[in-house]
Amino acid sequence: MSGETWVVLGASSAIARAFARIVAARGDSVILAGRDREDLEASAQDLRVRGAAQAEVLGFDALDTASHGEFARECGRRARGKLCVFLAFAAMPEQDAIDKDPSLAVHTINAGFTGAVSVLHCLAPMLEDQHGGRVIALGSVAGDRGRRKNYVYGAAKAGLQAYLQGLRARLFAAGATVTTVKPGFVDTAMTFGRPGLFLVAAPESIAAAALAAAEKGRDEIYAPFFWAFIMLIIKSIPERVMKKLNI
Amino acid sequence: MTARRPERLREVQAALAAAGPRGIIAHGRGRSYGDAALNDGGDALLTRRLDRLISFDAGSGELVAECGVTIDEILSVFLRRGWVPPVCPGTAFVTLGGALANDVHGKNHDRDGGFAEHVRWFDLLLADGTVRRVTPDGAPDLFAATAGGIGLTGIVLRLCLRLRPIAAPAVVVREDRMGSLDDFLSAFAGRARQASYSVGWIDTLARNGKLGRGILETAEPAPAGRSFAEDRKGATMPIDLPDFALNPIAVAAFNALYFHRIPAGGRERVLGLRRFLFPLDALDGWNRMYGKRGFRQFQCVLPNGEAAGGIRKLIAAITESRAASFLAVLKTLGRAGVGMLSFPMPGMTLAVDFPNRPDAPDLLHRLERIVLDHGGRIYLAKDSALSAEGFAQMYPRLDEFRRVLAAVDPAGRFQSDMARRLRIREDVA
Repeated sequence: MSGETWVVLGASSAIARAFARIVAARGDSVILAGRDREDLEASAQDLRVRGAAQAEVLGFDALDTASHGEFARECGRRARGKLCVFLAFAAMPEQDAIDKDPSLAVHTINAGFTGAVSVLHCLAPMLEDQHGGRVIALGSVAGDRGRRKNYVYGAAKAGLQAYLQGLRARLFAAGATVTTVKPGFVDTAMTFGRPGLFLVAAPESIAAAALAAAEKGRDEIYAPFFWAFIMLIIKSIPERVMKKLNI
Repeated sequence: MTARRPERLREVQAALAAAGPRGIIAHGRGRSYGDAALNDGGDALLTRRLDRLISFDAGSGELVAECGVTIDEILSVFLRRGWVPPVCPGTAFVTLGGALANDVHGKNHDRDGGFAEHVRWFDLLLADGTVRRVTPDGAPDLFAATAGGIGLTGIVLRLCLRLRPIAAPAVVVREDRMGSLDDFLSAFAGRARQASYSVGWIDTLARNGKLGRGILETAEPAPAGRSFAEDRKGATMPIDLPDFALNPIAVAAFNALYFHRIPAGGRERVLGLRRFLFPLDALDGWNRMYGKRGFRQFQCVLPNGEAAGGIRKLIAAITESRAASFLAVLKTLGRAGVGMLSFPMPGMTLAVDFPNRPDAPDLLHRLERIVLDHGGRIYLAKDSALSAEGFAQMYPRLDEFRRVLAAVDPAGRFQSDMARRLRIREDVA
């Protein structure tokens, strides 16, 4: 038992569920944060049966940034031991749908970028004060290079990844770590049934890789690791070529 | 077939509402051997992400869990706490929803009955979109139609299963050679029937005086503190074996080795519970031994009075067809299941698999004929070839089952390839 409390943001997602199970099984406490409280209650029950020291549900809406300050304070009141953060929420509409409806582009940025920055900024002072703790945030390979197929989602993740670099430096002085996990294709509700995916990873393996990386104090990882090589190639494509590719 | 994979209970209702005219069927881990959970041209609802444990009462042993939780998952959480599912089929990779919908049985059927007997209640999503909590007393017809009802009454969302306490995660296994079918039958009539667990492995290629020879395994729960052979870490079958590997000579050699590895005087050892209950789970992808064309599975039960003659005819038919079969499984079943379409009846069950060669359907039809002649029944979870007429003769409570379906699903929202093949929903076809 490591005796930490993990705030899991976007806890209904498949990777977050898998992550919460791993830390619950070793006896940590978990605060499941998200909008679908009924669903999160069932997940909290699941974690308690599996051995979580404590599993509770806290309402959280990424778009309602005005509520994030109070949300962070409530997390602080409930935490036992060091507070740690696992950030897994994002919005990923189909790019075609976004191209037809600009409001979806705004929604994608607000949920995946603005909301994430807002809640992390509210939680950061607590991480500084406790002199330790860990932040794990899901970026994406989509944030490494803007692509025709998902550039708005990619822009949100690129922004988030830049933010996390700065947050990492800020919290480093306080002894807290920030780990950016960039998954490739993962077998989640967001990707199920979509054509053209390859090398699809199980959410459980991403969750396990994320926790292992955070415990080693890694700054950024690709998950599974081989996406580092794939993205090295994608990033090295000159823009004048890239713009002609429909990938 | 359009597959949907909800992760929240609410999405299950949406998936049901979105299903087209060919209806929808719940699909767990795909361990039915035939078409029970397939729905060509329609929808399948994959339940594997509905996999949460909701509550556990250490006083009563009652576990409430979502339908996609597997036996394997329950064991991984509860075995070390001293609890096990009271009934486990031959693989742990089945979901609770599938275990109920097929009213599965295990090596302890004589003593403990089928899976559904241990289910206290379940929440059933009905065709009209409502969710109903079904108990054996509160809604006996709907309970009995859903237990063994191959998913046609609705989608089981959650169920309450009574787990059983055990002293140690192991069993003391006794293995004995059986020289012939007669040896098996007398052992099953005597000491094997008294055992907590019993199962026979028979060599379907042995003929004449050796017909039905094999190994009888009986087992009792191990007392606390006995050391035992650990559950093996699983290996994976890396390739599809080529067709020629499955020739009768090679398989006969394998079966003979399997027989002779047990000393003539028998042997006794302590085994991990998983290793005893799920020997095939240790080889992931074992089905690839049958090559690309795959295999057919056949399982039937014959009533006690008919077992001796009928089993002999079944084995002879399989041997004659030269359908090389790895070990077949023979065991007794204790009592009828609680479901209208439950498979078990007091008698003897035989399970065989053989390569899916062009003549496999002919062989399956011959076997069906023998089962019918002896008043037996074919197990729907394993079936891919039964005729609608044969099915109606084997399952005498079919009319009762149809009446329940007509009441709870008048429009036939729940459909499957198996239901169409067996003409279960004649009224809505």
